[in-house]
Amino acid sequence: MTMPFYVAPEQMMKDRADFARKGIARGRALVAVRYVDGIVIVAENSSQTLRKVSEIYDRIAFAGVGKYNEFDQLRVAGVRAADLKGYQYSRDDVDARSLANSYAQMLGTIFTHEMKPMEVEILVAEVGLEPAGDQMFHILYDGTVVDERDYAAIGGDAEATRARLDEAWADGLDRGAAIRIGVTALGGPDREIPSAELEVADLARTNGRRCFHRLETADL
Amino acid sequence: MTMPLFSTGDDPGANFAELLRRVGLDDGVSSALGHKAHAGTTGDALHDLGVPHATTCVALNYGDGVVMAGDRRATSGNLISHRRMEKVVEADRYSGVAIAGAAGPAMEMIRLFQLQLEHYEKVEGSPLSLEGKANLLSTMVRGNLPAAMMGMIVVPIFAGYDLRRHCGRLWDYDATGGRYEERKYVATGSGSLQASTVVKVGFNEDLSGDEAIDLAARALWEAADADSATGGPDALRGIYPVVATIDADGWNRLEDDDLVERYERIVSEVRSR
Repeated sequence: MTMPFYVAPEQMMKDRADFARKGIARGRALVAVRYVDGIVIVAENSSQTLRKVSEIYDRIAFAGVGKYNEFDQLRVAGVRAADLKGYQYSRDDVDARSLANSYAQMLGTIFTHEMKPMEVEILVAEVGLEPAGDQMFHILYDGTVVDERDYAAIGGDAEATRARLDEAWADGLDRGAAIRIGVTALGGPDREIPSAELEVADLARTNGRRCFHRLETADL
Repeated sequence: MTMPLFSTGDDPGANFAELLRRVGLDDGVSSALGHKAHAGTTGDALHDLGVPHATTCVALNYGDGVVMAGDRRATSGNLISHRRMEKVVEADRYSGVAIAGAAGPAMEMIRLFQLQLEHYEKVEGSPLSLEGKANLLSTMVRGNLPAAMMGMIVVPIFAGYDLRRHCGRLWDYDATGGRYEERKYVATGSGSLQASTVVKVGFNEDLSGDEAIDLAARALWEAADADSATGGPDALRGIYPVVATIDADGWNRLEDDDLVERYERIVSEVRSR
């Protein structure tokens, strides 16, 4: 039996992180922006059928960047976890924080134990009954959870996108303004994204029980 | 929350009932009753439990949509056990389900059915077809067969608006999960004989949505008049039947104020006979 070469844990973690980061940076970014009635999620997506943003539960949405099959697997796992919890206890007991923690556990385990880490970053957003209850969790490929308040940017050149959001965001936005800010932040100063290449979904307190609503290209 | 993860060959897909089985949460009413049946419990013993029964529901098709209506009473034997039961419920935006039979298993069946439709829609990214939903309910009724043999029978009506064919459609079921599409109208429960007779006499192909609602309300009135297990409109407590329409705009439950007016008209009509 041959012994594997020794690789320092630091080096191994770094290699894996670099690998995941490279995969994620190849894809296009998405942003989430909080407004008066909820949260809008704007993604740059040239496909009209393979979605990056989707519904998890009554008040919870999911968005992912990176490898499609990997974040879609996470999305389905989230829908299952949420529906099971809602069935076992009550619809009121399903919340984004515990879902985000589960995702973090799962991604963390895969990052350290599996052959290859998942090349994804995901966002779990929940709209509260009141604006103060709105929550966004940004979960990285290694299971790191970041709690975001007013806006979030994941994938692509997230740093620059976040800086643009920081500049444009103000309290008390309406939905239209929030979408415009999101689109501008995604495109940057010298690029305009055609509306056919946008995927926009809205998580609004005013939508009844199921807050998630997808905006069609015509609505944009 | 634990994340349910499955290997490719073992994945339950968009099937929520299968998911429940995989994670071991499937100890519902029907299987519990199934075990009891093996243990040799008789139907009489179950009857002695005094399980409430829900009764009359009616649905009719007026072309552009369907009307569903159900009374609010649940009985155990000769006693009224609930006065405000809702037997006609929204299954999803474009369909509704009405139930008659043992209230406990029926309510659980509805809850699972609603969840399954929503679960499918979320996992697959698009809703089931209307026929697919009707088929799914059929499987669930069949799953309840061991309990039905013990007297815990559940007989639903399923109705909705077919977004592909642009028309209202309705189905009724038997205890074995038999699924029958009806073109015009259907009634279920202990007062179904009276209710379906009223609808049969008043039905014609050119019925408008509004006339169809009146006819459904009238059918429940006559059923309540002749059948003690069916509740009529209760002006004293302000309890009125659940009446809903499902058309191209989706599910719409009528306000009680609307029903008050309709029943006042029926009362004055009956008085002047």
